Amino acid sequence: MNEILIKNACVIDPISGINGEIMDIAVSDGRIVEEVGSGAEVIDAEGFLTLPGGIDSHTHICGTKVNFGRYMSPEDMRAGRTPRRGRMHSTSGYSVPTTYGNSYRYSGMGYTALLEGAMAPLEARHTHEEFAYTPLQDTMANVLFDGNWAIMEAVREKDTKRAAAIVGWTLAAVKGFGVKLTNPGGTEAWGWGKNVSSITDVVPYFEVTPGEIIDTMIRATEMLALPHSVHIHCNNLGLPGNYRTTLDTFDLVPDLNRKRQTLYATHVQFHAYGGTSWSDFCSKAEEITRSVNEKPQIVIDMGQVMFGKTTTMTADGPMEFNLYRLHHNKWSNHDVELETGSGIIPVLYRRKNLVNSIMWAIGLELALLTKNPWQCLLTTDNPNGAPFVRYPEIIGLLMSRKYREAEFATIHPDTEHRVSLPSIERELDWQEIAVMTRAGQARALGIVDIGKGRLAPGAEADIAIYPLKIGEVDPGREYERVIEGFRQTEYTIKRGRIVSRRGECLVWGNNTTIWVKPKISERYDMAQDPAFVEKFDRYYTVRMRNYPVQEEYLKRNLCIETETEL
Amino acid sequence: MVTVEDGRIVAADNACTLGEQKFLGEPRLKGPIQREGKGWKDITYDEAILRTVEMLRDAERPLLFGWSGTHVEAQCIGVHMAEVLRGVIDNTSSVCHGPSILAIQEVGHPGCTLGQVKNRADLVVYWGCNPIEAHPRHLSRYTRYAEGFFLPNDYLDRTVIVADIRKTETGNIADEFVQVTPGGDYAVLSALRAIVRGKRDIIPRSVAGVPREQLFRIADRCLNAKFIAFYFGLGLTMSRGKYKNVRNAIELVSELNRHTKATISAMRGHYNVYGSNEVNTWMTGYPFGIDFARGIAFYNPGETTAIDVLARRECDACLVVASDPAAHFPRACVEHLADIPTVVIDPYPNATTAFADIQIPVAVTGIDAAGTAYRMDGVPIRMRRVLKTDYPSDEEILGRMYAMLQEDHPP
Repeated sequence: MNEILIKNACVIDPISGINGEIMDIAVSDGRIVEEVGSGAEVIDAEGFLTLPGGIDSHTHICGTKVNFGRYMSPEDMRAGRTPRRGRMHSTSGYSVPTTYGNSYRYSGMGYTALLEGAMAPLEARHTHEEFAYTPLQDTMANVLFDGNWAIMEAVREKDTKRAAAIVGWTLAAVKGFGVKLTNPGGTEAWGWGKNVSSITDVVPYFEVTPGEIIDTMIRATEMLALPHSVHIHCNNLGLPGNYRTTLDTFDLVPDLNRKRQTLYATHVQFHAYGGTSWSDFCSKAEEITRSVNEKPQIVIDMGQVMFGKTTTMTADGPMEFNLYRLHHNKWSNHDVELETGSGIIPVLYRRKNLVNSIMWAIGLELALLTKNPWQCLLTTDNPNGAPFVRYPEIIGLLMSRKYREAEFATIHPDTEHRVSLPSIERELDWQEIAVMTRAGQARALGIVDIGKGRLAPGAEADIAIYPLKIGEVDPGREYERVIEGFRQTEYTIKRGRIVSRRGECLVWGNNTTIWVKPKISERYDMAQDPAFVEKFDRYYTVRMRNYPVQEEYLKRNLCIETETEL
Repeated sequence: MVTVEDGRIVAADNACTLGEQKFLGEPRLKGPIQREGKGWKDITYDEAILRTVEMLRDAERPLLFGWSGTHVEAQCIGVHMAEVLRGVIDNTSSVCHGPSILAIQEVGHPGCTLGQVKNRADLVVYWGCNPIEAHPRHLSRYTRYAEGFFLPNDYLDRTVIVADIRKTETGNIADEFVQVTPGGDYAVLSALRAIVRGKRDIIPRSVAGVPREQLFRIADRCLNAKFIAFYFGLGLTMSRGKYKNVRNAIELVSELNRHTKATISAMRGHYNVYGSNEVNTWMTGYPFGIDFARGIAFYNPGETTAIDVLARRECDACLVVASDPAAHFPRACVEHLADIPTVVIDPYPNATTAFADIQIPVAVTGIDAAGTAYRMDGVPIRMRRVLKTDYPSDEEILGRMYAMLQEDHPP
């Protein structure tokens, strides 16, 4: 039995209510336990900050469009290269690293679980193949339903149970985790080169609105008792004045779940824009956070932008085309039959650009103006706002007004007239950062019960020890030490094994893919629904029996079975 | 439907001409063979694997080439082997759609899955390709003869344009055939781009053999279509202009998206060449032509691609997997292949066998081995096994080799 005793750990574990206590953590057989035998390996944490393993609740790391981002960008691959060394394979890439690159760099930063934000069900096998080569984190994939024909037909028929049955069948078939809606309705319209412009706009041919899709999917998700809520990328991403669409979306959301939010809105920075054009573009973070502060049923993530080069990639095909027309750089698009779309373009966020500067400020405003850190999680929508390796700087910005002011002095001078950031005094504390980078994610994803995001006995032994003594660092002033500290752990422990020591990965790794299988009665089994099967075989280019992802594609895996109303 | 008698496939119903050939197959090697004098001797799989590993161990600059005709699981092991050996790994795209990939790396790729074309495309353009011969089911499954959700009257609802230097079988079933002077594709595509951008007045009376009126008509057909699917083949990729032709075609399609919906895709060759590109990309960052000599993955097509490594007589051992370079490479490259130790892993003897020192026969994916293949549109498919034989799969053979090579380099 593999046992570890971590001594002198300065633990922050918000879920268990531990805040900066010096204590020992005992690990046995991959789990945290009350005590271990005398033969346990002892790690002296030296009073360093010890947190549950980091969890990214919205990142793009594996699958068709991520890989196409690599494929079309040798210049990005050249921008981050490491050779094979010890138990680490070679890596390439800066904003879209190879799978090993993602895994090693996340592990070095203390991350032990990742949710791929957008998996097209038809191409799910690809995502799972890349998961197998992302060895140091547990992985989950949200499944795209934004332009799903069968779903839209069920919405049109106002048949929520049927929508739930389709979601249930699809999740189990593609070994997915939760429901993702990316520009609902818009990706189908993009099949004709069109888009939708509000939640009441009508999707061509299907005659449903984004609002109806969102409402039905929220109810279907609760019917299936999925661990995670609907995960939405709102309509109108990136457009001036889009905050109204975001607020309209939030206003649709009932509070239906006692354990978690009812809607997870992702990368809200990209959806909190005022103005009528780029010339009067401004922040509406105050309006957005006012709504979030009133609605405990909503959790958002930041989608923070950081200056520099990156690659944008999303299932939101029409949005990427708009971005292409602004940037005139290379553009890829990949529509997926009967389901969704996607697009990719490289971008450079510049400090000297007013719009980019405002975007940078908005992300920070969202985090600082959301009162409850459990409702605003730290992300960059990796790599859309910035590659995840920039997270430590974001932590620094959130913890230090001084750092924000120093940065603000370097950005476009007109920014101050368009944002409220300079007037915000709040500096987040260590506990709030722990919420925004792991505990909040675990709760929002509904994986606390399987042992994620906490360090109490019974939890999975996913632990990150950072070289930071929180009593000796003043984050407000010494933000550089905070950034350095979060850049690389002393130890990252995954399922009770030391997987990374000061950035050096020590094991080949073997991740767990977490997926969800709702228990559905025969009556609602879509595999036995003649109309569904007939349409499937007629209009997809893959037969229904060949569509489900076979067991061969899941190495280690954990299936969460849910009790449903169907 | 496949009929099996005595462990052999004797009939394959409903397969296309290419599929039928694959299922019925040429005679397969019974086991590994090694060159001995002017002939061959039988060796065991253990011996073949050990000798291959010895060859690779001894090599200073090994080349691992091919990969497009095997499953993803084997391709992944190939990349790990190249990494541990510090060798060069390349796939057949470097002599096929490599230029298309270079074009994509410059300007991107507005594409879609095949079902999107089947259900929506009212205008299909085939440029420099001849699917009736090379992709016999493309027209019936996805375009000309396919019933789509928004196109219930397949043949009547769709318009097909074929552009090529001569009228092919596919040209015969087109609504409009565009005959381009050899080497003139770039100019014709440029003219179309100009027209789409509203510059009709600058178009000369004819461009590379295509009359102005026809250019206008094609452009109008595009602008009036609801969904355009543009497919291109080696006629565009490997003719004068190469990747610049493809770049021009992509930019035409990008431009058309400002007016209507348009997508473009390459008609890929080997059934899993795209899988090899995908695997190489998620594991190394690059789709083909990867050199691990410095430990990192290094990509510079024209330098790190198989033809170049062979033409410079640089590599000193070659492992060929699931492809036939001797049938496609320039003579100088094949001569070098004959001079250096070469091992072929392939179910069938092929032209490369004549230059090899060892050949290891394996199971065929989709017949007696299961595995993953990526369709030309990026959709991954599980290839099932229909027959059980004693042949090991590529994954098994390569997996054993990699395990032995790993022992040389303990972490």
